[in-house]
Formats: sequence, structure tokens, C-alpha cells
Amino acid sequence: MSVDLRTSYLGMELAHPVVVSACSLAFDPANLKRMEDAGASAIVLPSLFEEQIVHDQMAVHEFYEFTSEKFPEALSVFPEMEDYNTGPEAYLRLVEQAKRSLSVPVIGSLNGTSAGGWTRYAHLIQDAGADALELNIYHLVTDPLIDARAAEARYLELVAEVRKAVSIPLAVKLGPFFSALPHMATRLVDAGADGLVLFNRFYQPDIDLQTLRVVSRLVLSTSDEVRLPMRWIAILSGRVKASLAATTGVHTPEDVLKLLLAGADVTMVASALYSHGIDHLRVLVEGVRAWLEEHEYTSVAQMKGSVSQANAPDPEAFERANYIRTLVDFTGSESTR
Amino acid sequence: MDRRSVTVDGNEAAAYVAHLTNEVVAIYPITPASPMGELADAWSAAGRENLFGVVPDVIEMQSEAGAAGAVHGALQAGALTTTFTASQGLLLMIPNMFKIAGELIPTVFHIAARSLATHALSIFGDHSDVMACRSTGWAMLASSSVQQAQDMAMIGQMATLESRIPVLHFFDGFRTSHEVNKIEQLSPDDIRSLIDPRLVQAHRDRALSPDRPVLRGSAQNPDVFFQAREACNRFYDAKPGIVQGAMDRFAALTGRSYRLFDYSGAPDAERVIVVMGSGAATVAETVATLNARGEKVGMLEVHLFRPFAVDAFLRALPESTRALAVLDRTKEPGAIGEPLYQDVLTALIESGGIDGAMPRVIGGRYGLSSKEFTPGMVKAIFDELDAEQPKRRFTVGIVDDVTHLSLKYDPDFSTEPDDVTRAVFYGLGSDGTVGANKNSVKIIGENTPLHAQGYFVYDSKKSGAITVSHLRFGPRPINSPYLITRANFVACHQYNFLDRMDVLELAEPGATFLLNCPHGPDEVWERLPVEIQQTILDKQIQLYVVDAFRVAADAGLGQRINTVMQTCFFALADILPRDEAIGHIKDAIEKTYGKRGQVVLDRNNAAVDGSLVALHRVEVPHAVAGDRRRLPVVSGTVPDFVGRVTALMMTGKGDLLPVSALPVDGTFPTDTARYEKRSIAQEIPIWDPDLCIQCGLCSYVCPHATIRMKVFDPAGLNGGAEVLPTRPWKGKEFPGQHMAIQVYPDDCTGCGVCVDVCPAVSKEVSRHKAINMEAKTDEVLLRERARLDVFEHLPDPDRSTIKTETVKGSQVLLPLFEFSGACAGCGETPYLRLMSQLFGDRALIANATGCSSIYGGNLPTTPWSTNADGRGPAWANSLFEDNAEFGLGFRLAVDQLEAYARALLKGLAGSLGDELVHAILDADQRTEDAIREQRSRVSTLMRRLDALDSPDAIALRNVAEVLVRRSVWIVGGDGWAYDIGFGGLDHVMASGRDVNILVLDTEVYSNTGGQASKSTPRGAVAKFAAQGKGIAKKDLGMIAVDYGNVYVAQVAIGANPLQTLKAFHEAESYPGVSLILAYSHCIAHGIQMSTSMSHQKEATASGYWPLFRHDPRLAGAGATPFHLDSRKPTLPFREFAMKEARYAMLARTQPARASELMQLAQRDIDERWHFYEQMAGVERSVPDRVKGVVS
Repeated sequence: MSVDLRTSYLGMELAHPVVVSACSLAFDPANLKRMEDAGASAIVLPSLFEEQIVHDQMAVHEFYEFTSEKFPEALSVFPEMEDYNTGPEAYLRLVEQAKRSLSVPVIGSLNGTSAGGWTRYAHLIQDAGADALELNIYHLVTDPLIDARAAEARYLELVAEVRKAVSIPLAVKLGPFFSALPHMATRLVDAGADGLVLFNRFYQPDIDLQTLRVVSRLVLSTSDEVRLPMRWIAILSGRVKASLAATTGVHTPEDVLKLLLAGADVTMVASALYSHGIDHLRVLVEGVRAWLEEHEYTSVAQMKGSVSQANAPDPEAFERANYIRTLVDFTGSESTR
Repeated sequence: MDRRSVTVDGNEAAAYVAHLTNEVVAIYPITPASPMGELADAWSAAGRENLFGVVPDVIEMQSEAGAAGAVHGALQAGALTTTFTASQGLLLMIPNMFKIAGELIPTVFHIAARSLATHALSIFGDHSDVMACRSTGWAMLASSSVQQAQDMAMIGQMATLESRIPVLHFFDGFRTSHEVNKIEQLSPDDIRSLIDPRLVQAHRDRALSPDRPVLRGSAQNPDVFFQAREACNRFYDAKPGIVQGAMDRFAALTGRSYRLFDYSGAPDAERVIVVMGSGAATVAETVATLNARGEKVGMLEVHLFRPFAVDAFLRALPESTRALAVLDRTKEPGAIGEPLYQDVLTALIESGGIDGAMPRVIGGRYGLSSKEFTPGMVKAIFDELDAEQPKRRFTVGIVDDVTHLSLKYDPDFSTEPDDVTRAVFYGLGSDGTVGANKNSVKIIGENTPLHAQGYFVYDSKKSGAITVSHLRFGPRPINSPYLITRANFVACHQYNFLDRMDVLELAEPGATFLLNCPHGPDEVWERLPVEIQQTILDKQIQLYVVDAFRVAADAGLGQRINTVMQTCFFALADILPRDEAIGHIKDAIEKTYGKRGQVVLDRNNAAVDGSLVALHRVEVPHAVAGDRRRLPVVSGTVPDFVGRVTALMMTGKGDLLPVSALPVDGTFPTDTARYEKRSIAQEIPIWDPDLCIQCGLCSYVCPHATIRMKVFDPAGLNGGAEVLPTRPWKGKEFPGQHMAIQVYPDDCTGCGVCVDVCPAVSKEVSRHKAINMEAKTDEVLLRERARLDVFEHLPDPDRSTIKTETVKGSQVLLPLFEFSGACAGCGETPYLRLMSQLFGDRALIANATGCSSIYGGNLPTTPWSTNADGRGPAWANSLFEDNAEFGLGFRLAVDQLEAYARALLKGLAGSLGDELVHAILDADQRTEDAIREQRSRVSTLMRRLDALDSPDAIALRNVAEVLVRRSVWIVGGDGWAYDIGFGGLDHVMASGRDVNILVLDTEVYSNTGGQASKSTPRGAVAKFAAQGKGIAKKDLGMIAVDYGNVYVAQVAIGANPLQTLKAFHEAESYPGVSLILAYSHCIAHGIQMSTSMSHQKEATASGYWPLFRHDPRLAGAGATPFHLDSRKPTLPFREFAMKEARYAMLARTQPARASELMQLAQRDIDERWHFYEQMAGVERSVPDRVKGVVS
């Protein structure tokens, strides 16, 4: 008897729980097709960054303005182009093309900077045919005068605004740095999120010792990192009425399995595709299938959330910090001497 | 038929017809005609078809001579072909023009008529270029307005096809070519209906074809040449009638009627002015005013100058004419009179006068180099015609106090109607003022029944340039081709202009004055200079203020205040209802910026909305308050010439200088830029001596020589020690000496390049360096001025004690090139400054026309300067195309004079002392020390010669200075070296003579606005390469290396400062031809200028600009003279390229083509590197390294 790998995410039925996370590989339409061929059950497109659009448009504008009408012999120094492609059009064409060429669900992703931008671009992505939308929210609060309540309110208002603007399912991709994540998760769902994606893996700046300058560089995740989303999915599983997607550190079939056991509806993979190639998707799906078969599960649905905090034999294990456990064990052995 | 009203400039008006009626366009950029070629190229690039349903092929050639050749060929092969040019470019076409006319080939060349370079170059307008073509056999058709530029382009095309005689269609450079005006545009159907397809077919039938072969361009002998030359006469006889016929058909279609000679004025006029070009409109306007006052005057506008139709001319003149003034916008020194005057006189003499009576005829020059020609001047000419003894030859518009030819005129005489809005705007080139004003003219011209005119005056600086916009709006067509002198609206877009100029000079009483100002309406008054306050009171001017920078910044537009000021103008000028105006502005924003994106639109629209809120009327008090005064133009002691002449030019009052004030032969003093304190930087670099490692890099890269390092005896500081921070010199060559690094706060452009390259970083705060940009507050400015005063009074060290082979040492040398008008962050000028430091005190510089000749030689001031002994570079510009030959001429002369001096010296050895003579003759002058010793010997020689009075001694005294080795430099850009001047450059490279060629390679025609050259690399976008240049850059370096005996270096000062320095020393010391190819970043690359020098490192790291030196002195058996100075490329080309708009823009707009070109460009790099690596191992000996000298 074959195992039923189907799962449901944001109300969509997927063939299995291995989804491509937002990553730049998907900018290439050929890669999109390869992802589907390798077995992706859904694809989250890379994010449309409003900040990038603003930057690009103003850069073009400033370049032409800076060099025009300054000097009688050179009223301009650069030819005007037919189109500068600075807006969201290229991204929207990607969404359209993905929809045309793929049969699996296509999920748009958006990172906005202005209230108007979030809703405008969300609407455009929906119109381009996306099956769902993932909001890639990234507010780094650096102002000491802004408190947590205000910061959280910004997330909630934004989700509510976008919810009003679009009718397709909405997922919110979060960072892990909330003081009260379950409460925040609940409020996001109340504000209109159909799903939560845990977690956004932010680029962390680095310092170049040669130049003493701050640099950003892409560092791929490792399997070890899967434990952070796993913990929080286990805690949230059954507690929030929303789909749960796990991303960050999904490299092996074992990573997928653990996340499903913790309660994830889907797992999302990106770094592994950079490391092992797009065909690695097939390895993950087949690995999950093999494990389930080996362990005599009949379906993903059967095992999903079976080791969540609510269902685990030791629920407190998800709450303890490791060093406490280590310390207690050590003390215990001391006391028995 | 309803035709579209468009608001365009003269160039666009002419190019529109040319593009629709031609199949091939071969051009070369030259001011002020370049926009015609650029528009044609842009239209073809966008797929716009001509009348024949084909997209014209627009090709950029290597010179105008090349363009003319290509035109000639295309015409011979049957294509309708045209070109656009001006000035020197037209001169280069003359040989082909003789041929084209001699072969009776129909074509129209469109000319934005411009001054020819004589005692000086001028980019501005007059007829000296077209008049130089009188003998080519071309018909010459003149337009006097933007409307006519279109109409005559059409009439010329009609007439040339019918007559077979080629037509030179010309209009005044800048005044018409760049004036924006509302015209009625011909539709393509109009144009189609005016072109007879049978005539087009006839042209094609005459084309060369192997199916019906003929031969053209034969060589003829005395037996038949003459007769054959006369065989074309009938065509010329018929030409005027054909042109008039074309004019008549044009009139029947459009209602605009033209005659070969258009008369306007009183039918019974007694005094008539004959004129052609834009001046005709001024005369016509004045004639109307004078006749309305009861005078009887008229104007005869010449459209068809050649062939000169005597009958038509006479018919056009009223029989009542008793006196004629013929105006020429050109000068022919030595002629009896200028061309139009001579033709008019001949016509009158041949015809026996008018109705049998010979009128009085006088001839005058006006308007050379766009000199203003105003109604007041026209009136003066009519008055002169009335005088008992009028001047037979006169000039008007200047004060000639030498030959007294000039007419006096009343500058206040005005013909301007009251119902015309006249607005003048003072702005910076960088703040968008001109762009906004062009937009305003279009808004009114294209959305209202009103007529509109815009003309824009730019200064000659490439950084901190001031622009003055002159706009007129009124109910009737506006044909006033002269600047506004009575403005009813004045706007000053930069608050600090008030300190430097009288922006209300042109305001008429009761005018409105809009000021962009950081102060609110209640606090601004006493912060205005008292001179401005007084003018406001005297003229009862209404004052409005807006803090445009704040509005722009709030809207996210940075310093771009164009939209804000435009909105305020419409709000105050009362031309349109305010809401309607706002709507039009927003529509214009959409039209102008729509392609750039929604964010750009949103921010500009936000600026519009914010502007009205921030605009305030100022309640002007009844008296002057405060003590702020306008700054003097120059302060302190200045040379006489600077005080008398240069200072007036600097204040924009050069028009007032009389003839006697100017040099007779174009010779100007150098060392004057120091008096032009423009103070344009908002931030300036400040030295932190505690961090400084004294590397000298900041000074080394400074484009304007405004960061300097000096080493000196601290005892010489006297009281200055507390003012000027100093530190002990780190180095053994100056024991006990101190050093300082000092900014020139009023000369610095604030580019920030020095800060970018500074390697010394604070241990505590990583962004703090040994040099840092700081806001130029009043406090900072005063402090730095005080420091500079101390710094400048410290003596420069003895050159012979300086280690000039180190970067640090080179920067202790005094720059003899300073404070040029180049762009902030210019990539060319650091090389010139370095050259001036190393060799300037004995340098002769031949400078090709281009950016370097403009920032190096455009008045009012000159950046080439002198040292304490009064020595410095002697600089001259000949042409664009001949600079290598020009510089070689310097060397030939120097060598001859030196040979002469040496011969005299030998002959006088007995009188002068053998020891001295031989020491001079045998001196090796390859080092600073040796040159100092030779200078000393020559001084001794001069003293001894003073005691002798033989003819040889006197002769030697006159030439002895050349015994100190001269350094000849041939400088220019890539347009010169790779394209127009390459033939000469190649010849000079083959000469073996001791010249140093410095190519400032920006990989694009920078000065004329970014057209592609053969140096433009594959994949880069430039004008005429809007799809990205498809072919690879020419490898000029390897062409030179191929000669074997040419020293060649490819350098990038920001990538490897020391290699650059080595190359300059080696090139200069090599006693043959040296070529330095210097990578010069440019604003046309679309890079961050402040980090441009760091960016050069990536140019080299990617292999895009590999560094090498080829030194023939290292050649020999088993030797490898070619040395690669950069490492194997480590950076993908794409990573370098995507930081430049010229590459990144294509990746954005045409990703597939960009990707293909990028791959090819990477292969170019890989292949070239592979080739260079092999070259570095190639053994080579050079039998004859230089002419007669092997070192």
C-alpha cells in the first residue's frame, strides 16, 4: 500500500509537504520548471522588494536628472531608453509565467516598505495569478523609543490591510524574535493570516576585517538550524487556527520528518537546493516516503503533529532551554554521590 | 487641415523633416548640431519609419570628414541621405561638398550655424561656418526661427530633388537650434504630399549601378575641365525659381508663405535692413514698432542666399528705398565687406540701382558668437542710415574703442508688448531648473492657445554651473530672438546666488520675485543682502519665498527642486488658473518621468502638492535692514588684467568690455582660476593630522588640486603655528621639517574622492579617517580660509630635494593645474594635475578640443598656473582633429631652436667660456636635480651674454631658454585619439620624435554629450549605441606597441597610483614617442563619483582595464620590453560592470542582449589577458628606437 503524502497548506491540497521556499533560483523560469519536475509540491517565488523598486526608480531618475541640462554642449550624456523596467512588472511577469508553465500552486512573496506599497503590490501579485501570497515582513526596530506593542501593531495593521486588499490565501513569514510568539501568532491569524511561515532567516551583516566595513553575504543554512522552527511549530501546532510552514535548515528527509512530526503542514527548502541542486527535492520527497513506509505510516496526515508539544510525551521538553537540562542532569548525578 | 502644435527647439524641428525624408544619416557629434543627430538616432532606434516605410540608417562616423564621405557614397549609390553639423565639422565636409555639388547630387545638410575657431574657439552661433562654404556650389537657405527651421528643411528637400543642386540649410546655433518655441508641425502626410516620387526615382535612376554602369570622379585635363565646369550653369540659373516654386507649393498647403527675399515693413520705406538668420526676427519686430511711431523703415530677410537671385532681390525692395544697411553675422578680415554686403552691392550695381537710383548702402557685423542682437541695436542701425555721414562699415552690439566701428545704441529701447509674460530663472545646472522650464514652455505651448518661447543660457563650468532661463508667454507667436531685459517675473532657485550676482538686474518695476530660501517670510528680509533689499524697495518688487529644498527633501527628491519651483512659478505667474496649471504640471510629470516609475511620479506629485503650502508672500518693510552685503568678485591684490578684464567676465558683464580690453591675437595670461572663488561645495574635506600617515593619496587623486600637501620648515610658520595644524614629516629626506594637508575651501567642489581613498582609519570610530567631509558652515569656512592663508604663504620646497618617484613625494610638488571647471570628481584632471606637478614648469601642451580644452581653456579663467618663478605650462588648442600633429609641431620647433642655440653656443664658446658651454651642451637633463643645474648654467649663460653685443650673442640670448629641456605633451580624449585624430596620432607615433601623448580615455565623447567612440567597450550603452555597443573597444595601446619604438603605458590612477607615476616619469624621460592611455571615469558612465577611484581598482581587478608598460629601452636580445603591471583578473566583468549605469541600464532594459554582450565582453577580457600575458613573454629588440637617439 502506498503512503498518502498529501497535505493541505493555506487551503490548498498539495501532493506532499516539500515546498520550495522563496529564493533567487526561482528568478530563472527554467529553474521553476526544473523545480516542478524534481517534485516540488508548490513554489514560493522570490520576494518582490518594494525597497528595491524605490531604489531602482530613484536611481534611474537621479542619474538622468544629475546629468541633464547642465552644460550647453551636453544637454544629456546618456540616451533615453524605451523602458527602464524599474517597476514590479518584471516580477509580475515572473508570476504570470510561473502560472502558465507550472501545474503546482505558485505562491507570491512580498516585502513592502510603505502601507500603500504593501496593498498595491499584493493586489498586483494576486492579479498576476498567484495562488497565494506570502508576506515577508522585516521590521528591524532600532529606535529605543519604539516599544514592542507599537512594533507588533505595525505587523498586525499591515496584515489586516493586505487581507482587505486581496482574496487569495495569505501567509505571514515571521522572524523568531518576538517576546510572546504564540500570542503574536494568534493575533496575526486574527488579523487575517491563513498561515504562518516559521521563520524568516534574515541576512546578518558581517564585518570585513580587511576594510573594517560592514558587509552582507549569503550564508546557507545547515540542518542544525531546523530545531528553532521545529520547537515553535511544535508549540503552535493545534494552538493557532492556521497553516504552519517550516523553513530554515530543511536539508534532509529527516529534517522534513521532524518538522512534520512537530506539526508543520509543509516544509520549505532553499539552502539545500543551492548546495545539492534542484534535483535534491526528489531526494527529500522520496526519503520521506521511504521513512513513512518503513515505519508503517499510511499518510502524512497521520503523523503530522504527532510529536507537537500537545502530543509529545514530554511537553516541557519544548519549553526548557538546553543548558538547564544539562545542568539538572549534572546536579542530579552529583546529588546521588 | 488641423495640424499639431508642438513645442520643440530648432534642432528637433529640422531633424523631424530630415528623418522623414531620408534613408541614410551619417553624422558626427558637434555642438550645437549634435541633438539633430541624436534625435535621428533615437527615432531610428525606436523604429520610427521615414516616408518610404523604412527606418533610416543612422551611422556615427569617425569625423565630419568621414560623415561627408559616407553621405557622398550613399548619395552616389542612390539613397536619400543627409547629415547635421556645424562650425569646424562643416569645414571638414567642404571637400566632399565641392564634389557633391559638382556631381549635381540632391541632398540637404542641416547646419546649426556656429562660429569658426579663429583667435579662440566658440561653441556659439554666427554664420562664419556657412559663409566659408560659399564657393562649394551649394544652395544656401536660411531659417530665422524654430518654425522656419522645420519649414525650410522641407522646402530645401523639395527644391534639391527638383533642382539637383544640394542645399545647405542653416539656422543660428543656440539662438534657433536650442530655442524652444511653439510651432505648427507638418504631418507625415503633408511631407509626403510635398515630395514628388518621380524626383526621388530620378535620383535613384542616376545612382551607380552595375546594371547600367557609369564612371564618376574622373580626372580631367586642361582640354575639357573648364567646359565641363560650366556645363552645370543652367541648373544654377533655374534654382531660384525652383526654390520659389517649392515655397509656393508649401504655402498652398500650409498657409505659411515664404519668398526668396521676404520683405516686411512700410511699403514706402526709405531705410531698409537686409539680414538673414534669427536677427531678421529682431529687425522685423523693431520695424513694426518704429513704423507704428511714424517712421518708414523696412526689413528684407534673405532666405536663399545662394544662388543669389538678383531679380527677386530687387523686386522685393520697395521702390522708395534710399538707404540699405546690410548685416552679416560673420567677419572676413581684409575683405572689402562681408559676403551678404558684397552680394547686395554687386546686385545693385549690376542692376543700376533701384528704379535707376543707387541707394546708400552700408554694411555691418553683428552677433558674432551669439552676441546679443536687440531692438535697440536695430534702431541704432536705422538711425545710422539717417545720419549725414553714416559709417560705411560698422559693428553693432559691442564697444569698439580701437577702430571706432561700433554704433552706439540705447540698451533700454524695447519693443516688447505689455501682454507678454517675461520670466527669468536663475538656477544651477544640477538643480533641474532648465529641465523644469522647458517643461513649463511645453505645458503652455501644447495645452493652451498661448504661445511660448524658452531660451537657456549656461555658463562654461561643468561643476556648479549657473543657468539662466528666459521664458516668454503671450497670445501671439513669439519671435523675439534675444534675451529678456525687462522681466516681470524673476526666480532665484539658489539662495547663495544673492551673494554673488544681481539677480534682480533684469526685473522691471513691480515684478514678482520668487526666492528659494531656507528662511520664512517673517525672517527673510534682513537676511537678504542689502543691495537686493534696496532693489526690491526701489522697483517695488513683490517678494515670495519657498523653502524648496525642504519641500523636495520631504517628498523624497533630495536636492532636486525643479518641480517645486515650477509649481510656485505657475502659482504666481497667473498665466493659467491655478488648478488647471497644477493639473498640467502633473500631466507633464507623468509624460516626462512616467517611464522611470511610479515612485518617481508619486514623489514629484507630492512635491507639487507640498509646494503651494510652502509658498509665502513676504510683507516687504519700508527700509533696508541687516548688514549682509554682496561679496566682491575678486578680493585682495590681483594682476591688472584680472582686475580690468577677467573680473568683469566673472560677474557676467563681459559684454561691457570694449575691444581695447581684449588681446589682439587670443593670447591670455594663465594662472587666473585662483581668482574665481566659486565656493560651490556644501561639504569640504577636513584633515585630521593625528590619523594621517602622510601617504599623499588624497592630494594625488584630487581632480581640482584643492587638497594639497606641503613640507616646510616649522620656523617659517611664525604666528601661523596656532592656526595651521602641522605634523613632523615622516621621512628622511626632510629632517626637522613639518608637513600639512590643507583644503582650498572656496575652490573645492566637494566631490569626496579624497576621503574615499584615504587609507588611515580611526581605531575608535571606523568611519572617521585622516580626512573627512564636513559641512561647510560659516565657522568651518572661516577657519579653513585662515589656515589656507598660512599654508599658502609657506614656501614650496626645492624641487630637486623631493623624491618625485614616490606618490607622497610627487604630492609635495606644486600643482600647476588648479581649480578647473571640470565636473566634481572628474576622472581626467588628476592626470593633468600630476603631469603639471612633475613637468609643468617646462611643459608645452597641445590640447585637443574636448572636455580638457573646455575646462582647461574656457574663459573667463584658466586653470593652468605658474610657480613662484613665473614658470608653468604653456598651453594651446588648435583643433579636435589635428592635435597630434599640432603637438609634433611644438617638438619640431623646440628641436630647431635648440639646434640653433647649440650651434650659436659652440660658436661663442671662446667668449662664453668652454667649460660652461660644454657643460650646457653635454648636460643630461633626465632628473630634477640635473634640470635645476642646467637652469643655473643657462642663467649664467644669460648673464655672460648680456656682456656681449655680437649678433650671435643677441640671437643666442633670444633662444637660450630652450637649452633647458622642454617637455612636449599632446593631450586629448578618446574621441580625438581613437577617432577623429587617429590618422594624425598614428603618423606622430611613427615619427620617433620626443613627444608625450596623454589620452584621457573616458570611453565616450564626454564633452558633446556621451556619444559612442571606438573606445567605447562592448556592451556599454552610449548615444549611437543605445542597444549597447556591439563591437569591442579598439586596442589603441597594442597598435602603438606594434611600432616597437613607442613607449606605451596603460594606467589607472585609482587602481595603481604608483604604476601611474612610474609611467609618467618613464614616458617623459623616453626620448621618443610616448603614449599614456589613462583610464578616466566620467559622469557619462553613471557611477558614484565619490567612490570613482576605488571603482578603478575593480576595473583593473576584473581585467577590464589591465595595466601595462611597454618600454623600448628595455628591448634587446633576450629582453621583454612589455610588462604587465596588473594581476590576473579575479573579479568577473559583470560584477564591475553592474556598478555602472552604462552597463546596468541595458541589463535592465534588454536583459537578453545585455547577457549576450556581457558574455562576449568577458570573452574579450579573457582573450585580451591571454594575449597580453603572451606579450609579456615576447622577446623583442628594436633596432631604431628613436630618431637618431638610442639611450
